[in-house]
Parts: sequence; C-alpha cells; structure tokens
Amino acid sequence: MNITQLLFWILTVIAIGSALMVITSKNPVYSVLGLIITFFAISGHYILMNAQFLAIVNIIVYAGAIMVLFLFVIMLMNLSKATETLKNKWMQIVGAIAGGCLFLVLVAALRNTEVKKNLVEMGTGNIGLVKNLGHELFTTFVIPFEIASILFLSAMVGAVVIGKKE
Amino acid sequence: MPVNYYITLALCLFAIGVVGVLTRRNAIIVFMCIELMLNAVNLLLVAFSKMHHIAKGAAAVTGTDGQLFVFFIMVVAAAEVSVGLAIIVMMYRNVHSININFLNRLKH
Repeated sequence: MNITQLLFWILTVIAIGSALMVITSKNPVYSVLGLIITFFAISGHYILMNAQFLAIVNIIVYAGAIMVLFLFVIMLMNLSKATETLKNKWMQIVGAIAGGCLFLVLVAALRNTEVKKNLVEMGTGNIGLVKNLGHELFTTFVIPFEIASILFLSAMVGAVVIGKKE
Repeated sequence: MPVNYYITLALCLFAIGVVGVLTRRNAIIVFMCIELMLNAVNLLLVAFSKMHHIAKGAAAVTGTDGQLFVFFIMVVAAAEVSVGLAIIVMMYRNVHSININFLNRLKH
C-alpha cells in the first residue's frame, strides 16, 4: 500500500466518521463542526485527485463561508442546548432503514458496471489547475458564468427582502 | 485507485445525508444534510472527470467539464443556503421554533 492509497483510506474514514457525527450529535454546533471536518476531508480527496482549484474553492466557499453562516444562525437562535425532542423513536428507526435500503440498492446497481476496472488518475494531470479551468470557464462556459452572477445578485436581494423586519 | 471505491464513498456520504434528512427534526440540520448530499455528488463528479481523463486522454481538456459542473453546483448551493437560512430565520422569528414538525404550515 503506497502513500496515496493510505491517504485515501485515512480521508475516507475521516469523511464518513464526521458525516456520521453530523447526523448523530444532539448539539447543533457539534453537527456544524462535523460538517466542516467532512468538507476538509473532501477537499483532501480533491487534492489527491489533483483538482486543486476545486479543493481551494471548497475550503473557501463551504468550510469558510457557508459553515460560518450556519454557525452564525445557530448562535443567533441560541440553539446550543439540545432543543430537539427525540421522543419519536419509530420515525428514526424507519428513516435509518429507508436510508440503508437506498444505499444497498445503489451499491447493488453500481457494483457490476462497465467502469468498475477503470482507474482514477491520482496526483498527476493538469485539468484541475486554475489555468485550464479558467480558460474553459471564460470561453465555453461564459454564459452560465454570467447567469450565475445574476443568480447570486437575486439570491442576495431575496435574502435581504426575506430577512427584513416588516 | 479504482473508480468503484470513489462510487462507494460518495454513495455512503449520500446515504448518510438521506438518513439525516429523514430522521432529524431540526431544520438547520436538515439543511446541512442537503449540503452533505451535494458534496457527495461533487466528489463523484470529480472522480469521474479524472477517470474520463485517464481513459480518453487524447485532448488536454478532456474531463474539464465535470469539474466545471462541480463549480456551478457550488455556486447554486451558496445561493440556496443564503435564501434558505433567511427563510429559517424568518420562520424562527414568527413561531420561535425550528422544529420542522411545527413548520409544516406552508401546506395550509
């Protein structure tokens, strides 16, 4: 087992463990921290696959901005104590069974696909660098890029309008 | 690494997100589980783009599209989070709870 595979397994264990921490912890602040650890592990996977632009964007946008927004809202609502009533045990059991069945069905469907033996390029290749992605983004995908700016503007205005005290 | 390891990892994260959406009653945690599902799909798209590049690496830009789709998914998710958290804050200001059992009055 070389160093790349070792890093893959370490990051996988961190990602799945902290994702489980998101859905099991009673305190919402611990859920946010678990989700931040998951995002860092996913960024580590991106770096292993040499998608460096997406790794940095993932850390800046998700772990930096969105999670701070979540943490800010949780602190604003003073939810740090366990406010959730967990009396409905049946719903949790049924939900876990349904999610597990979905996982089993998807794994069983994708286990014997054609691409099973194909390898993922690790550590080499330059398609994930900023130069190539930026060139492609501003030539082929320039119209979706501009539409995304309009989407951001309208989301910002919408958030202000919704959150305004009337 | 073979691509089916990445498929299994992404499916595992997606299933954890689905279980969280189905079982938790806190609206913010439901929202965070949706983010987890989006990130599972992002990871799978990046893995498939690198697989595509090593399999059909004739042109230098083969597989760039998948990574740009991940970029646009992140853009849409950021916009969605800003509007969704504004809605949750407004609901909390009205009913003083973010338990989604109490937030089902949109159907009336």
